[in-house]
Amino acid sequence: MTTVQERSPMPQEREPNPAMTAADRPIGYGRVQRKEDPRFIRGKGRYLDDIVLPGMLHGAVLRSPMAHARLVSIDTTEALAHPKVHAVITGKDLEGLNLAWAPTLSADTMAVLATDKVRFQGQEVAFVVAEDRYSARDALELIDVEYEQLPVVIDARRALEPGTAVIRDDKDGQTDNHIFDWEAGDKAETEAVFARADVVVSEDVVYPRVHPAPMETCGAIADYDPIDGKLTLYETTQAPHAHRTLYAMVAGIPEHKIRVIAGDIGGGFGNKVGIYPGYICAVVGSIVTGKPVKWVEDRSENLMSTSFARDYLMRGEIAATKDGKILAVRTHVLADHGAFNATAQPTKYPAGFFSIFTGSYDLEAAYCSVTGVYTNKAPGGVAYACSFRVTEAVYLVERMVDVLAQRLEMDPAELRLKNFIRPEQFPYKNKTGWEYDSGDYEPALRMCMEQIGYADLRQEQAEKRARGELMGIGVSFFTETVGAGPRKHFDIVGLGMADGAEVRVHPTGKAVVRLSVQTQGQGHETTFAQIVAEELGIPPEDIEVVHGDTDQTPFGLGTYGSRSTPVSGGAVALAARKVRDKAKAIAAAMLETRPEDLEWEKGRFFVKGDPSAAKTISEIALGAHGTVALPEGVDGNLDAEVTYDPPNLTFPFGAYICVVDIDAGTGKVKVRRFVAVDDCGTRINPMIVEGQIHGGLADGVGMALMEFIGFDEQGNCLGGSFMDYLIPTALEVPDWELGATVTPSPHHPIGAKGIGESATVGSPPAVVNAVVDALAPFGVTHMDMPCTPARVWAAMQGRATPPI
Amino acid sequence: MQVTMTVNGTEVTRDVEPRLLLVHFLRETLGLTGTHWGCDTSNCGTCVVLVDGEPVKSCTQLAAMTAGHEVRTVEGMAAGGTLDPVQQGFMEEHGLQCGFCTPGMMLTARALLDRNPDPDEGEIREAISGQICRCTGYATIVRSIQWAAAHPAAETTDQEVRA
Ligand code: FES
Ligand code: FES
Repeated sequence: MTTVQERSPMPQEREPNPAMTAADRPIGYGRVQRKEDPRFIRGKGRYLDDIVLPGMLHGAVLRSPMAHARLVSIDTTEALAHPKVHAVITGKDLEGLNLAWAPTLSADTMAVLATDKVRFQGQEVAFVVAEDRYSARDALELIDVEYEQLPVVIDARRALEPGTAVIRDDKDGQTDNHIFDWEAGDKAETEAVFARADVVVSEDVVYPRVHPAPMETCGAIADYDPIDGKLTLYETTQAPHAHRTLYAMVAGIPEHKIRVIAGDIGGGFGNKVGIYPGYICAVVGSIVTGKPVKWVEDRSENLMSTSFARDYLMRGEIAATKDGKILAVRTHVLADHGAFNATAQPTKYPAGFFSIFTGSYDLEAAYCSVTGVYTNKAPGGVAYACSFRVTEAVYLVERMVDVLAQRLEMDPAELRLKNFIRPEQFPYKNKTGWEYDSGDYEPALRMCMEQIGYADLRQEQAEKRARGELMGIGVSFFTETVGAGPRKHFDIVGLGMADGAEVRVHPTGKAVVRLSVQTQGQGHETTFAQIVAEELGIPPEDIEVVHGDTDQTPFGLGTYGSRSTPVSGGAVALAARKVRDKAKAIAAAMLETRPEDLEWEKGRFFVKGDPSAAKTISEIALGAHGTVALPEGVDGNLDAEVTYDPPNLTFPFGAYICVVDIDAGTGKVKVRRFVAVDDCGTRINPMIVEGQIHGGLADGVGMALMEFIGFDEQGNCLGGSFMDYLIPTALEVPDWELGATVTPSPHHPIGAKGIGESATVGSPPAVVNAVVDALAPFGVTHMDMPCTPARVWAAMQGRATPPI
Repeated sequence: MQVTMTVNGTEVTRDVEPRLLLVHFLRETLGLTGTHWGCDTSNCGTCVVLVDGEPVKSCTQLAAMTAGHEVRTVEGMAAGGTLDPVQQGFMEEHGLQCGFCTPGMMLTARALLDRNPDPDEGEIREAISGQICRCTGYATIVRSIQWAAAHPAAETTDQEVRA
């Protein structure tokens, strides 16, 4: 396996980027401008709310102001009397259709519209359909709901205490707020290692509730045609096919009569994986009124009711020798899943892939146990570029390694270098059952240290400390597990995590590739064209990428958990190779030779030893569809379809170092520099890869310093608008400095590992480690996110408290 | 009520509800969906348009208040088929991913460059700091605007000819 190292140029070093002519553009991998950009920069994207259908009505959701209350009565008379209102739908109406409750993605149920109780603030209570957006909102005010308040459960630590209100009394046999217990690793073996370790450090580490908050909120337009019984559903979705299947299962509409269309999506980050009550209400609204119904949530609805992320309360422990050999990691997690267990994750993995908390280190033992509980908060839990809870796992281990370094008075980078899994140990089987496909960790961390000037920074820090100035250097090193399947291990509500792709080369040599995955800004139209281009030698601009329409694309589970390139990328590459094999047989017929006498060079087959006897892929395409006498068993096209079931996950990794300065007078943290060295295997379009990393780094700074969904004791959401839920602007983030190593995945058709979530996973610990490092002179060993000025100030006074 | 304003160089007159927000007037009454909306509290800036050349959050202003003013949206950026250098810059430097914040970012950039043709990085960051991008981490947006500053493009050709 090769490891290539390269540093991406700093902006000031870069050549001016002259507009590339078609002739300069790589046919295959490389930096190419995106095919989707020309429409976006002209304002011609087609996002959900841009779609207007003839006769379309508008829906609005009435939401609960209370976190836990019994529904006594709902009076819709006045709302129905509003001249522009066409329908008002309540939970009772849905009960009649058997739609008041719907299955979640975690084998639980969720209320579509409340029938018995409301269980979190912002829960859906009624749905109004009116002629325009403003009237639908006006009518919400005219609905009269009587609630009888119930005791709320907000602190997950108290959710299981005897006598606590039972949130899910709708479930047969549910007598408390317990959802699941899950464990990984060997408990006894881990205990034994801890018992003989020289040093054990432990810390309570909270990863607070945050929200993906894509700039476009969630929404749907349902258009039910009563004559042919067909439902067309425009949605903000990351998983159109999975949605179609679920609607068929839930609503009883046959699957072939449902078409899910996802147009341009204004960011997703996991927020657009699930099916929300508003979507189902839009469908019912369209069936009831006979007209298309659009529902788009506002920002408060998005932040208060749709899929949150994290909310993990972790006890972390590390056992080590006194000279810094890490022996074991152990953790117990209390997972707050909100009122309905609606996290999108594989059935056998209720804590997602959290068991990758063993990190990048060669351990003797590891064990985790996770307990999931219900609280009176919005449901969700796997979102915000978290790679199925890898982000919580990485944060825990990377925070704990720093706690250990501080205890041992060792440099945190040195401690990591000492404990890395070594290159010759790959494929590496960790203590919780993962098989890491490939890795070469030390060069990545060394590159990162060199690029940021680690030794000089430590020197500067020492000088500043002597002057009483607060500067911190935070190191983090992550290994992710992404790209699920294999389908035999990983499913979403019973659907195996595989993805289909179809490649067709038209008679003139232009091509179309159809995908099951769904871009939300990642540039699939460009990247997937480049994969086909690399395999077939057809220029990317001659390849149309079709996605986001279940009537036009093969089945597959969609885009989340960084799975588009690892899974769909594999499918596309293999489909293109099938096309190439077929092209070879046809070229042999055209050249009157045997296939084994042909050799491939990008874009053409030629006769070995006679390069002038050749057929280009265009000529072969014309031959395939023309009058050439085709060889036995070869039909007249250049098409292929593949459903790719990956043999294993992929394990991207990276080394991040962050430098912060803290204002000793106010506690305000300023991120001065951030160097990120990522290894995601083969890079198809380095420009897009770097863009994905940049976005994730900003997420990390946001979570570490400001993003937080909190609640008061009554269960009022305190992060329900962008005035309260703070997202970094251009002023809070530095200019990112990137580096790269390339360690391809040995089992993946093109060696690619997936990059969509790496930086969101890897950056929060780098920032928090830097903050704690800066605060070390105050005796701080840990502080929880978000590191807001007030909380940093409290930590400086010896009062570092958890945010919840 | 009736409002008249100039949108992308064309005068438009429409009957609207007095409470209609400018963002909805542009998107729904005129069908100019390149202007987006992303929040309820004037924080996100996906709705930014230029009113008399100044960036304005079109969700904070009523259509009625805009009567008599000149509005420029993303649809009015490319003149006669030639891209604004800002638009070109965003493509060159990967200044967009999902594209949702992009129209607002580009219009703010246009207003900045009209006022200050050679802004430094700090001035660029300050100018776009009222707008949120959830995808790019901002560095490429800054570079896109720097690219546009370095390539003032077609208009200059015109002036050169006259000079
Ligand atoms: S829509 Fe968010 S600022 Fe206008
Ligand atoms: S490009 Fe998606 S929000 Fe900016």
